Amino acid sequence: MAELKTKDVLFGPILHNNPIALQILGICSALAVTSSVTVSLVMCASVIAVTCASNFAVSLIRKQIPSSIRIIVQMTIIASLVIVVDQFLKAFAYEISKQLSVFVGLIITNCIILGRAEGFAMQNGPWLSFVDGLGNGIGYSVILIVVATFREILGAGTWMGFTVLPLASEGGFYVPNGLMLLPPSAFFLIGFFIWAVRIWDPDQVEEEEFEMQPHKVREAF
Amino acid sequence: MEHYISLILQAVFVENLALAFFLGMCTFLAISKKVEAALGLGIAVVVVLTISVPVNNLIYNYVLRDGALSWAGLPNMNLSFLGLLTYIGVIAALVQILEMFLDRYVPALYSALGVFLPLITVNCAILGASLFMVERDYAFGESVAYGFGAGVGWALAIVALAGIREKLKYSDVPPGLRGLGITFITVGLMSLGFMSFSGISL
Repeated sequence: MAELKTKDVLFGPILHNNPIALQILGICSALAVTSSVTVSLVMCASVIAVTCASNFAVSLIRKQIPSSIRIIVQMTIIASLVIVVDQFLKAFAYEISKQLSVFVGLIITNCIILGRAEGFAMQNGPWLSFVDGLGNGIGYSVILIVVATFREILGAGTWMGFTVLPLASEGGFYVPNGLMLLPPSAFFLIGFFIWAVRIWDPDQVEEEEFEMQPHKVREAF
Repeated sequence: MEHYISLILQAVFVENLALAFFLGMCTFLAISKKVEAALGLGIAVVVVLTISVPVNNLIYNYVLRDGALSWAGLPNMNLSFLGLLTYIGVIAALVQILEMFLDRYVPALYSALGVFLPLITVNCAILGASLFMVERDYAFGESVAYGFGAGVGWALAIVALAGIREKLKYSDVPPGLRGLGITFITVGLMSLGFMSFSGISL
């Protein structure tokens, strides 16, 4: 990998190498916050800020970090950045930070951030690492926002608080599907999302573990 | 006593960390292909949670919380903003100590858990349980019960999922859904099943 193009680094993770759909990273905090679009937008912004800043910071000091304690150094950088984000949200968006509750803190253990710091920022320069953080953060956000859009529209008939489908209880036609607001729906939606991405890009389909034997009917003699 | 038992049951079933709060999903999906591996990881999580939640509880109550340092003559100190950094440090250190301790005194358990222990540091379920403990303001005894219950709940969920996936590999799944996709849908169905506990109030 002699020349990594800035553009590839930025757009690669959004669809082709999406951190959630393909690498199974960072699902932990992704699902619980997606019941409304506004909350997930705030979550996305926080994650993008933290991935960019942590990739940048780790990349700057990558030559000074002794490899035996690199994980601890990375964790400390990430945890400090998350504390900044957490305090910022508490100061300027208190209502939303109450709704996100523990999930802002859980950005620390979001595997995307540590994974990118370890896998990319340790080998590449600050600018590319920053762009890689941005790309992966956006890849994460795309899935979060798509899931949140489905959940909010189908579950409450609104999008970011605006009415999209007028509810039957308020004289409209739409009877909301309460399941969409409950945790399990996020799993189904991500499952279907992965299915859609893999139909569009068949290279991502996983190998089958067992070959099915064709069913033969033997004639009775 | 009754209070603690109901706290444990609530943490295991009603507020299952994996299926109701989606915590520890990365390892949950990655290490659930075989029942033995899932069981090993599950036991490791129970052990680490039972120790780390009470330890973080003590640190929060005697060092970090507003006015907690009054025993040291500093009644106006509020260090709660350092919480996240402290908890993750405590968890990482605990996992390391536990690893060395097991290696020295219980080698059989160490070789069984060996691979999984380092993974646990970055498992969101561990940090999540500590953060829930702080948010709900548990006392020390309650935090022991909660840590244990949360660990058992997580272990139960991953072993159940591994059991399902072992059978699932023989089934004919559409190509796009194979592997990760069908696992998500399975977890969704399991989570739906656990929702039925949510009506129970203890």
